[in-house]
Amino acid sequence: MIPRVLILRTAGTNCDEETDIAFQLAGADTNLVHIQNLISGQTDLSEYQILAIPGGFSYGDDIAAGILLAVEMKHKLKDALDQFVADKKLIIGICNGFQVLVRTGLLPGISQNSQGDNDESTQRSTLAMNTSAKFECRWVELETQQSPCIFTKDIKQHLYLPVAHAEGRFTAPTDVLKQLESNKQVVLRYTNGSQLTSDNTDYPHNPNGSDDDIAGICDTSGRIFGLMPHPERFLTKWNHPRWTREELPDEGDGLAIFNNAVNYVRANLP
Amino acid sequence: MSNKINEFQILNANDTELMRISQEGTLSLNLNEMKTIQSHFAALQRNPTDVELETIAQTWSEHCVHKTFKSLIRYTEHGKETELIDGLFPTYIQRATEEIDKPWCVSVFSDNAGIIEFDEKYNLVFKVETHNHPSAIEPYGGAGTGIGGVIRDSLGTGLGAKPILNTDIFCFGLPNTPYDNLPKGTLHPKRVFKGVVAGVRDYGNRMGIPTANGAILFDTRYTANPLVFCGNVGIIPIDRCEKSVQPGDLIVAVGGRTGRDGIHGATFSSAELDDTSENLGSVVQIGNPIMEKKIVDALLQARDQNLYRSITDCGAGGFSSAVGEMGEETGAEVHLERVPLKYEGLAPWEIWLSEAQERMVIAVPPENLEELMQICEAEIVEATVLGNFTDTHRLQVFYQDSVVADLDMNFLHKGIPQHVKNATWQPPQHKEMQSRDSKTDNYNQDMLKLLASPNIVSKESVIRQYDHEVQGGIVIKPLVGVENDGPSDACVTTPIIGSEKAVIVANGINPKYSDVDPYLSAASAIDEALRNIIAVGGSIEKTALLDNFCWGNPDKPDRLGELVRAAKACYDIATAYGTPFISGKDSLYNEYRDTTTGEQRAIPSTLLISAICVMPDINKAITMDVKSPENLIYVVGNSYAELGGSHYFGIHGYIGNTAPAVRPSEGKHLFDKLSSAINNGCVRSCHDCSEGGIAVAAAEMAFSGGYGMTLNLKKVPTGEDIPFDDFLLFSESNSRFLVEVELQNKDAFEKHMSDVPIGCLGTVTDTNEFAIDGLTGKTVIDTTIENLKSAWQTPLDS
Repeated sequence: MIPRVLILRTAGTNCDEETDIAFQLAGADTNLVHIQNLISGQTDLSEYQILAIPGGFSYGDDIAAGILLAVEMKHKLKDALDQFVADKKLIIGICNGFQVLVRTGLLPGISQNSQGDNDESTQRSTLAMNTSAKFECRWVELETQQSPCIFTKDIKQHLYLPVAHAEGRFTAPTDVLKQLESNKQVVLRYTNGSQLTSDNTDYPHNPNGSDDDIAGICDTSGRIFGLMPHPERFLTKWNHPRWTREELPDEGDGLAIFNNAVNYVRANLP
Repeated sequence: MSNKINEFQILNANDTELMRISQEGTLSLNLNEMKTIQSHFAALQRNPTDVELETIAQTWSEHCVHKTFKSLIRYTEHGKETELIDGLFPTYIQRATEEIDKPWCVSVFSDNAGIIEFDEKYNLVFKVETHNHPSAIEPYGGAGTGIGGVIRDSLGTGLGAKPILNTDIFCFGLPNTPYDNLPKGTLHPKRVFKGVVAGVRDYGNRMGIPTANGAILFDTRYTANPLVFCGNVGIIPIDRCEKSVQPGDLIVAVGGRTGRDGIHGATFSSAELDDTSENLGSVVQIGNPIMEKKIVDALLQARDQNLYRSITDCGAGGFSSAVGEMGEETGAEVHLERVPLKYEGLAPWEIWLSEAQERMVIAVPPENLEELMQICEAEIVEATVLGNFTDTHRLQVFYQDSVVADLDMNFLHKGIPQHVKNATWQPPQHKEMQSRDSKTDNYNQDMLKLLASPNIVSKESVIRQYDHEVQGGIVIKPLVGVENDGPSDACVTTPIIGSEKAVIVANGINPKYSDVDPYLSAASAIDEALRNIIAVGGSIEKTALLDNFCWGNPDKPDRLGELVRAAKACYDIATAYGTPFISGKDSLYNEYRDTTTGEQRAIPSTLLISAICVMPDINKAITMDVKSPENLIYVVGNSYAELGGSHYFGIHGYIGNTAPAVRPSEGKHLFDKLSSAINNGCVRSCHDCSEGGIAVAAAEMAFSGGYGMTLNLKKVPTGEDIPFDDFLLFSESNSRFLVEVELQNKDAFEKHMSDVPIGCLGTVTDTNEFAIDGLTGKTVIDTTIENLKSAWQTPLDS
């Protein structure tokens, strides 16, 4: 079976084409689908095994990044999404897609907090304005953490990927951060490249001031993954900012994330 | 009532009254044009309606028809006989392209952007526009809609190109301008700077188009008239490059609604600014990048399904220009009451002229309408049938069944009388600066000062606010080097991910040389743009140029004389290098007048040259940062004592009289040889010598690569005797590069460059020391790469 990926589009999505290429390189059968087509029933989410929410400025990021698309998904696609998750299928949100996943509550997907609130779809964390207070595009060093995340299974310990965002500062109440830690839901951390464990990585290595240097998290199952850096922008060595001065493998660091997803579906889903 | 149709009473108006009508209506029509219109309507025995006169004013505006570049010019150069030039554009720009006659030029000067070949499936489109007047008044909105507009130019070229790259060049007043020195009614340069950058950032980033090339320049004369150049490159399937309207095709407006925003933009930008211009808020449009993204998403699908036959954007002049241009060869009938409005109460002429953003007009065969509407609905974009194209050769506009305009297309497009203008040029005389060799021990302080000067200093804080990675194709970034922060000469992108075929985009701009001679300024801009292409691995054989002239008031003979000088250089240098112009634009009247004191300020005559080059193999690309110790550093190309308008003279308060010349026969040979050396892998890094000359280029290469350098000026090849260290260090002569060569490639490189002036200046070192020895053996620069870098990274707004 060739795994099928639905790449979700809406007004203001703009990383859909390179995300599409990334999944194609990984061997998937991909479709770019406007959310209108899912809502109208023209496209059936259940025919896919991977849902990718790419980067961009969905609906202009009006109100806050990703919020309008998150509301639309929660209210107009609730049943289809619930079923998708229940079927143990994969979801990845990159940059704006991560912002959407966090605002739907799908990430971190923690069902209980100190207030005793049990609704999984409650937003527990957020991606706030960068501490630099502006949009920034730069490459960052990342350290892969021990986690159940399907997308980063057996991946290199150090990844190098670009970020490009204004609202990427991951922040959550202390108890949520503690749960993320104990559940091993932190998948990627910003690092300054030299230290193996990155306590309080400084700007610009931590480009946005994220709590605990968090760059990406997964849900407790490891099947839902969100990250601010853009793996789809490092597919070949030419994407690397220093390919003219360093010996690099032909394949970029980002591709492994898409390969993992596609391989998982091949091995585990009917 | 706003819905009423008014007539302009011109039939019996005398000259004074005609000019009053033009001025009061912001029509920017001169007396000759008003009289031509008067006699046209006299023959029809009626007055023009407001819609008609406004339509003519927009169509005939400097902004839309470029009448200065088409005018008959009587040009007198100091000590020479008067020359008659029948149009600067046909004589110097278009003719250059025709004579160069490159087979890979697909469409030049006719569509919304120039088109050149890329690969077997796609062509490239490239256009650069200015949005100067709006950015002076409302920097954020002006700059954002500037980039929005030029993206629509790509989308409106052929049957629509997909935008893949933005380039932005800004010219501002000095950030440290004291508030008391601001001309009345103008914004502080810092405010303009911040607003313009934010405007371009928010629009470009939201559109998902990488902004990966640009420049920012400062000069006090840009304070009242900042310049904002916005460019866009697009990619288009080979079989979608032609358009044609057929009678019966529906006129369909796609995108945003129409409001009162941006009325009179075209005519407003064809006049000088003054201290009351800030009150003209409605001439600046409001941008909505997400709307534009939706339009791109919808129309590219419709394009691929062949649902429309022609497309253009609503830019200056709004529907009047868009429909008027599309229907020029056929005729058009438009019903203004069908136009979706943002709010009620617009008069018909306002609907017709509004420059509300994010609107495209397409010509749709009736049988395709339903399918088109389905796509637009799916992408949540409004599309409305406004009328249809006809075979009447008339532009007929209706509002609720009354005729509000009925114009002969031929008169509208061909009726404009040719202007006759006078131009003069006399070489200015500036105080000359002498070498400071005898006055100073070393040039460390000069070097640090140059690196920290606003035109040279790092623009990283701006560049990082632009997404230059989106679409995943940018392979040579704007910032390069061991710490990703060195100044790249050009950007390189691969529009098709996985393909090794690439596009290089670069620019050249040297307004300071205009103070000496606009001819040299223009020639240097072309040379610089081409050097930047070569430096990353391109070749001039596959390079096309765009010209964007920003000038003062061309009705003044001295300003126009400078324009003539620059246009002549464009012809001479482009033909000598064999690099055709494929598109261009001019923005004139960049002057400011204080209405109380009568004080008049013009910008320095500014020509931006943008260059685009197709690169067959991305693996051949190189960057400007030095790569490893012990490698050799060569200078390629002769130096001359050409410091007129240089940054070195500038920091000492001089302009001088000898600006860098371009010697194209030497330059062309050198460019070809260096391209071949780079393509054969003989060169590890390459940087062009421009602002600050050899010294600044070497410093930038060293600190970007994280290694020191030891160089000696004795080995600098010169085209004339230059007995001074400072002149060798800082002269800005054209057609020169610094290159880094591995020892093992020394012979191969020198063989490649056998008949080109080169000199091996020294080596890259495994230290942080940066030292240059002078002609007498004395060390004239002796510092560290950390010092150099920290000067270069001085915050721009400090």
